[in-house]
Amino acid sequence: MPIGAQSLIQASYFVAAGLFIFGLKRMSSPVTARGGIVWAGVGMLVATLITFLWPEMHNYVPMTVAIAIGGIVAWISGKRVAMTDMPQMIALYNGMGGGAAGAIAAVELFAGEAHGVAQLLLGVLGGIIGAVSFAGSLIAFGKLQGLIKRSFRFRGQNYVNLVILVATVLVGAVIVLHGAGVDVAHGADRLPGHVVALFVLALVLGFTMTLPIGGADMPVVISLYNALTGLAVAFEGFVLDNAAMIIAGTVVGSAGTLLTQLMARAMNRSLANVLFSGFGDTGGAASSGPAGAMKPIDTADVAVMLGFSQKVIIVPGYGMAVAQAQHKVWELCQALIARGVTVKFAIHPVAGRMPGHMNVLLAEAGVPYDLIYDEGEINSEFETADVALIIGANDVVNPVARTDKSSPIYGMPILNADKAKNVIVIKRGQGAGFSGIENALFYLDHTRMLYGDGQAKVAELVQAVKQL
Amino acid sequence: MIDGFIALYIFMLAAFTGYEVISRVPVILHTPLMSGSNFVHGIVLVGAMVAMGRAQTPLEIGIAFVGVVLAAGNAVGGYVVTERMLEMFKSSKAAPKAKH
Repeated sequence: MPIGAQSLIQASYFVAAGLFIFGLKRMSSPVTARGGIVWAGVGMLVATLITFLWPEMHNYVPMTVAIAIGGIVAWISGKRVAMTDMPQMIALYNGMGGGAAGAIAAVELFAGEAHGVAQLLLGVLGGIIGAVSFAGSLIAFGKLQGLIKRSFRFRGQNYVNLVILVATVLVGAVIVLHGAGVDVAHGADRLPGHVVALFVLALVLGFTMTLPIGGADMPVVISLYNALTGLAVAFEGFVLDNAAMIIAGTVVGSAGTLLTQLMARAMNRSLANVLFSGFGDTGGAASSGPAGAMKPIDTADVAVMLGFSQKVIIVPGYGMAVAQAQHKVWELCQALIARGVTVKFAIHPVAGRMPGHMNVLLAEAGVPYDLIYDEGEINSEFETADVALIIGANDVVNPVARTDKSSPIYGMPILNADKAKNVIVIKRGQGAGFSGIENALFYLDHTRMLYGDGQAKVAELVQAVKQL
Repeated sequence: MIDGFIALYIFMLAAFTGYEVISRVPVILHTPLMSGSNFVHGIVLVGAMVAMGRAQTPLEIGIAFVGVVLAAGNAVGGYVVTERMLEMFKSSKAAPKAKH
């Protein structure tokens, strides 16, 4: 009987691992993406149900209760969360995975079952990584949710973090050496104190590493912790002899690492830069304001300009989502298409709070994805556009990124909105953007500013265009 | 069951697989994809269940309980938000209608 159950369990894990990879592959195209997550979900369901058949297990009742609690809370919160709050929700769920990996390591270490040294080493490493990911993801959630408003920075904090890291590794090394038979504990059989210290240190490290990092860099950090959680899950998979965990965790670990690099590159930051220094620390951001003045325009003139254009490129930013203007923007877009205007959306990789976040917000409003282009696809088209309409975007269209070496965003790939024949910027007021950097685009001769609330102004534009 | 070198081979091949699968994903899907990969490491749930099934002392059972709660949250939450996001991606060929 146990052999039969084992075969069934291993077969189901094999199927689950295959479905995860197949699902992730399907997610690589918008046409098949929806099916991808469903396939991966089937794999997860099969693996979870079959695990109940694992031989010689106890605690079925509390286990089922635990699954119900975690599952129901996550189901309700996941169904309710607004699309704009998606990044912090992903951070939270990711932190939970890291915490679970840490908990597995803790159980195995406290139980002190005789494992090989390699398994013990991987168990300890997975525990550390999982706990760091758990604590760090909670901080990332708190920052994006607005619960933690300050960035805590002090002199020498990188050294403090280094000391904590070294201490964590030393405690972990003692545990592993003890398991390897080296007498480091004066004959003690188990090291519960060391295990507690290991997890406390790892949690503190996750907090102190993440607290100084600014909100704008959080997507990169969340992505990094996603990769780390994957790695922790893979390591705990080695400890538990579980191939599904090894494969799924490793796939996520490597995919997440690549995704983190892509995001950091899109933001023109190195990963080291994100982790070890705060944004804007280069100083001297307000060296010299751009020459000229911002020139206002009113709604009726913008409507005429848009309505009689041949090609309009809309550049949405997170400000549009904050103003809840995306539905009105799509209405405006449809009114223009009805007049024969070619309309395209240009999305910067870091528009929104995470690469791809803006696409989700536009999709929610009903904008078809084939009207949406990324920076590489559309940058050469701005020269042929009659109007570039900027709604709630700022740094990603700031031409100083191409020209001003002293600017903190110098070298960041931007959307070439300044190359369009006319530029219209819908903006609440005259202040600087999220990063506090003056935007030279707003001062150009062919730029006009439409001041006001994004949603209200776009609604007025829809009416005005329809009356042309 | 999975001995040292076999485990290393699995690790290496899975690492390349993850890298290759993701490298073809367009930027527009990065957020759902991060969410989707976040869901996939929810497989930690089966590990947490096994750890809990073997747990003996109240301390071990308590920690494992927390682990299973967290892992179930990771798996279920990851699935729900990913599915919600991907459901919204539609092509203009599917004749979208504006909401009023």
